[in-house]
Amino acid sequence: MTLIAAPAEPPVFSLRNLTVDFRHGEGFVRALHGIDLDLRRGETLGIVGESGCGKSITWLAALGLLRGGAKVGGSAKVMGQELVHASDRTLSSVRGGRVAMIFQDPSSSLNPVHKIGKQLLESLRLHRGLTGAAARAEAVRLLDRVGISNAAQRMREYAHEMSGGMNQRIMIAMALAGEPDVLIADEATTALDTTIQAQVLALLQEIQKDTGSALVIISHDLGVVAEMTDRVAVMYCGRVIETGNRDEIFDNPQHPYTRGLMAAVPDLTGPRQRLVAIPGTVPAPDRLPPGCFFSPRCEYASPQCTAAPIPMLSIGSSLIHRVACVRLDAISQGVAS
Amino acid sequence: MTLLEVDNISRHYKLPPAGFRGEARNLRAVDGVSFSISKGETLGLVGESGCGKSTTGRLVLGHIPRSGGTVTFNGRVVGTKRDAQWREMRRHLQMVYQDPLGALDRRWSIANQIGEPLDIHQKSMPKAERAERVAGLMADVGLRPDLAQRFPHELSGGQRQRVVIARALALEPELIVFDEPVSALDVSVQAQMLNLLDDLRARTSFASLFISHDLKVVRHISDRVAVMYLGEIVEQGPSETIFRAPQHPYTKALAAAIPSARRSDKTERTLLSGAPPNPVNKPSGCTFHPRCPMAMPVCAQVKPTMTIDGLHGVACHLVSGGNTNSVVTP
Repeated sequence: MTLIAAPAEPPVFSLRNLTVDFRHGEGFVRALHGIDLDLRRGETLGIVGESGCGKSITWLAALGLLRGGAKVGGSAKVMGQELVHASDRTLSSVRGGRVAMIFQDPSSSLNPVHKIGKQLLESLRLHRGLTGAAARAEAVRLLDRVGISNAAQRMREYAHEMSGGMNQRIMIAMALAGEPDVLIADEATTALDTTIQAQVLALLQEIQKDTGSALVIISHDLGVVAEMTDRVAVMYCGRVIETGNRDEIFDNPQHPYTRGLMAAVPDLTGPRQRLVAIPGTVPAPDRLPPGCFFSPRCEYASPQCTAAPIPMLSIGSSLIHRVACVRLDAISQGVAS
Repeated sequence: MTLLEVDNISRHYKLPPAGFRGEARNLRAVDGVSFSISKGETLGLVGESGCGKSTTGRLVLGHIPRSGGTVTFNGRVVGTKRDAQWREMRRHLQMVYQDPLGALDRRWSIANQIGEPLDIHQKSMPKAERAERVAGLMADVGLRPDLAQRFPHELSGGQRQRVVIARALALEPELIVFDEPVSALDVSVQAQMLNLLDDLRARTSFASLFISHDLKVVRHISDRVAVMYLGEIVEQGPSETIFRAPQHPYTKALAAAIPSARRSDKTERTLLSGAPPNPVNKPSGCTFHPRCPMAMPVCAQVKPTMTIDGLHGVACHLVSGGNTNSVVTP
C-alpha cells in the first residue's frame, strides 16, 4: 500500500478547519478547534487520543450526526461534496452509502426487535436499491464475507442471540452493504475480548484490501493503531497536535504529548520499568489555557507556548510529518524548562 | 511465607432447564481454582470476559458463597457467613473495583468515605487522630488536601480511583483484591495509577490479587500470573516465564493477539477461531480444545491435569506428555 497517494488524485474525505461548539449554560464551549485532515483512497488513517480529545466528534460532526446544541463550522467534503450544513437528504445518501461508520457497542447499534436479515436488507434497499431475491442473495454474501457461518440461518436471528464479536461482524456487513468509499471504525474493537479483537481487525484489513476503500481507525489503543494504519493523527483537546506516517509517529514521535502517550503504556516485552506518566489531567474544554493546550502538563513548556496559537510545523524533509510544538529544539536537546 | 491459600474453590450456578422439560442446568463459573499468594506478593489473574476471574476474586474474599473448596488466610479459614469473625477478617482483606463512582457514596464527602473503615473497625480512635490519618492517606495516594470536603461527582475518574484506593488502605490490609482497577482510565491516568500502586506496594507491602483482562498491565504489576479460561486456571507461574515462554496454547494465542505499538515486536500471530463457548455446556476434556490449534484426539476426552515444573504449572496434554518443548507456535 502506498503511503503517499499521487498528488493528482483528490482526497476522498477532506476536512478543513472543522469546528464544533457545544451549548454550555448561557453560551457555547468549543470542543473541536479547527481540524484539517485529508483521507485518500485505499489509505488507513489512525486517530489516537484520550477520551474527550474529539477523535469521535470530528467524524460525527463531519457526517452531521451531532444533534441539538452542537454548532458545526468549517468544511467537510466527501469526493468534493460539502457535508457541513448540507440537507438531511444529502446527508442520508452519504451516510451508509459513501461513508459508513462502525461504533464501539454493536449490540446497541443493532435493533433488538428486528431480525439481522431484515436490518441488512433495509440497508441494501436504501443504498443499493436491491430488493427481493437479489437483496437476499447479497445479504448472505455479505454475511459470508465477514466470516459468519451458516449465513442463511443467521439472517433469521436477533442480535441478542449472538456474541459481541458476531454482532460487530454484522455491523461490518451492514457497513459494507452500501459499498462505501470510506469506512470509519470508531473504537470498533474496544469492547471485544483480545482474541476476538484480533479476528475483527484482521477482517477489516482484509476487506480494505479487497474493496480499496479508505479506512479510519479511531482508537485509544496505540497498539491497534500501530498495527492497522498507514498514517496517524494524534489529537489532544480538540486539536490535531501531530500527524505523520505511522513509522514516523511511532519511531520518531516529536510532540511531548505523543511521546508521553507512548511512554505511558506498559509493554509485553522488554525490561519492566517504571512507567513515565504524564502529570496532571486533561483540562476541561471551558478551561483551556491559551496557546498550546498541553503546556500546563508539559515539562518543556516556556512562555512562548502560551503566547500565541501554535502552528503545525513540518519535521525535517518529511512532507507528512507535522507537529504543533514550538519547543522542538529544546526537546531534542533534552532541556526541561 | 504463604498469606493466602486458595484450594480448589468453585462456584456453580443452577439454571432452569432450557425448555419446558429437561434437567436443570449447571453453570460452572469457577471450577476448581487453586493458587496461593505470599506476603507482599502480587498475583495477576488474566483471562477474557466471562472466564470467571471476577467471581474468583469475590469467592476469595467470601463475598459470595463457594460451591466447594476452601480459602485460608494467615492460617485461618475465610468463611462466607457474615459473622463476627468474618467482619474481623474484613480489615485485613480489601477490594478495589473497576468503577470508582459505583464504589463511592455520592452523598458523602471524600474525607468521610476514606475514614469510614476507621469508624467501623477502630471506633475508639480519637477524632483528631482520625482526621490526621485521613489526611495522611490522601497524601499517600496523591490527592490534594483541598479535595477532602468535595464529593465524588466533583472529581475526575483518576481521582475517584485514588479515593477508593485510599479507603482500601485505611486499615493497612494485608491483602487487596483489585478487580480491573485501571481499565476504565485513560492511558496517561492509567500510568499514574500503576506507578502509584508500585509506590504504595513498596511502602506498605500489602499482597494483592490483581484481576485484569489487559496482559500488558498485568505483566507490569505482577510477580506471578495465572491465566484463566472458562472458569479454570490453565497456566500459572512467574510473570516473566508466562510472558517470555508461555506453554499453554491459549496463553500463547492471548499474548500474540495483543496489538503492539513496538515495531520490532511484529510476530506472525496465531488467530484463534471462534469465541469462548457457553460455560453452561462446557466442552469435554480440555475446555480449550475446540479452539485450540494444537488439539489432539485425547484433548476432547481427558481433562489435562496441572503439570508443575518448579513454580510454573500448565494444564495441557502437550506439556504433560513429557516434553515441554513440544508446544511450538504453529
